[in-house]
Amino acid sequence: MEPANGDVLPTVAGELPIRVVLAKLGLDGHDRGLKVVARTLRDAGLEVVYLGLRQTADSIVAACEQEDADVIGLSMHNAGHLTLAPRMVQAVEKAGLDIPVVIGGIVPTGDVPVLRAAGVAAVLGPGASAEEVVSAVTEAVARRVTR
Amino acid sequence: MLSTRSPDELFAAARDGNRRALGRLLTMVERRDDNAGLVAERAHRDAGHARVVGITGAPGTGKSTITGRLAVVSGGDRPAVLAIDPSSPLTGGAILGDRIRMDDHVSGSAFIRSMATRGHAGGLAAAVPDAIRVLDAAGCDPVIVETVGVGQVEVSIAAAADTTVVVVTPGWGDAVQANKAGLLEVADVFAVNKADRPDARGARRDLELMLDLGHRGGWRAPVVLTTANRGEGIEELWAEIERHTAHLRESDELLRRRGRRHRDEVVNRIELGLRGRARQIIESRSGAAALGRVDRREISPGAAADMLLNSLTGGAGPES
Repeated sequence: MEPANGDVLPTVAGELPIRVVLAKLGLDGHDRGLKVVARTLRDAGLEVVYLGLRQTADSIVAACEQEDADVIGLSMHNAGHLTLAPRMVQAVEKAGLDIPVVIGGIVPTGDVPVLRAAGVAAVLGPGASAEEVVSAVTEAVARRVTR
Repeated sequence: MLSTRSPDELFAAARDGNRRALGRLLTMVERRDDNAGLVAERAHRDAGHARVVGITGAPGTGKSTITGRLAVVSGGDRPAVLAIDPSSPLTGGAILGDRIRMDDHVSGSAFIRSMATRGHAGGLAAAVPDAIRVLDAAGCDPVIVETVGVGQVEVSIAAAADTTVVVVTPGWGDAVQANKAGLLEVADVFAVNKADRPDARGARRDLELMLDLGHRGGWRAPVVLTTANRGEGIEELWAEIERHTAHLRESDELLRRRGRRHRDEVVNRIELGLRGRARQIIESRSGAAALGRVDRREISPGAAADMLLNSLTGGAGPES
């Protein structure tokens, strides 16, 4: 395979990798899935800012501002998604950011429409393939209104 | 909308502490978009006030933990960290994981930006000094740049600081290794991290032995023992960094170093530009013609290069 980007300065903004912030929100120690997703997205050519465990909505927003992130990926295995995911979306909106939130992990199918209605861009279940993870993230970025 | 604001407006906001504006300015210079030149000009004019510290060393030596701790003990109002991690050479993707080692200690006080090497050495060497100046011009101080000390480029980026700290751990090698590794030649200060492990003193002794053999510029790099995850030795390490800064200022070495860096940067930019032009010319009609003659063994690759180079430096643009 050819090395990406060659060795010259990129000149077109669009040709650079998507920057995704990955985190676990709240008290939730199951980070193996998040590590797999980090690797999957890296292998798909994305730049992953890995925040890991025990983040808050505010700490994730702060990281997104400093990193000028394109998208947030949250992994949730603590059954708190109905509370925490909408809180994340609200925190992003309150900060005036235009950053979609994608959720992965253990989310009962019945909860998916609730999360979507709360502004979550996409929800990925346990069976999601690497391709589905990558396309959920990249499509969420593509759907954004502004950049 | 932030994306529609001019670089001047963004700088004004960034100086007032707006982190989003600062984040956007960094993206502009990193992505080299339409405003990148404007941002870089503006940044260069206003920069030069921050203390710029480079932290480098092998993977897993504790650079990020040290960096996060230093940002706190530095006593700067607005410390900033530029954390550089390698991109995959195959996919161009990257996992930027330095923040998880910092956030606990830094807890919102520092501005932290992760940057991927993106496989293009020359481009990174161009983007990092721009990013440092953007942070500096926005009023951040100190600016701490962290890179993995493998490969000449990463080392040279860390060395593009006023003060460069090289981090090693016990068991990293003996005095012979120390002399071999080009890494150690760029050190203004050494940190022997994970000093709670056996033989930290041995590691320090090996470094001191190497330093006994000679050092440059009237400054002998001090060796500090640190246990960064417990915060031990960090204040002493910062004190040595400050002492080095004072040494630079007193001896005019600061201006000399910055002058040398500016020169290196201009040379690097010229090389990048020429490389781009070289690519253009090789893809042009005259380039294809010259390559054809090389393939038919009418002229050597060297002769073809000379020919094309003449048209490049002769001012005439390549015909396409």
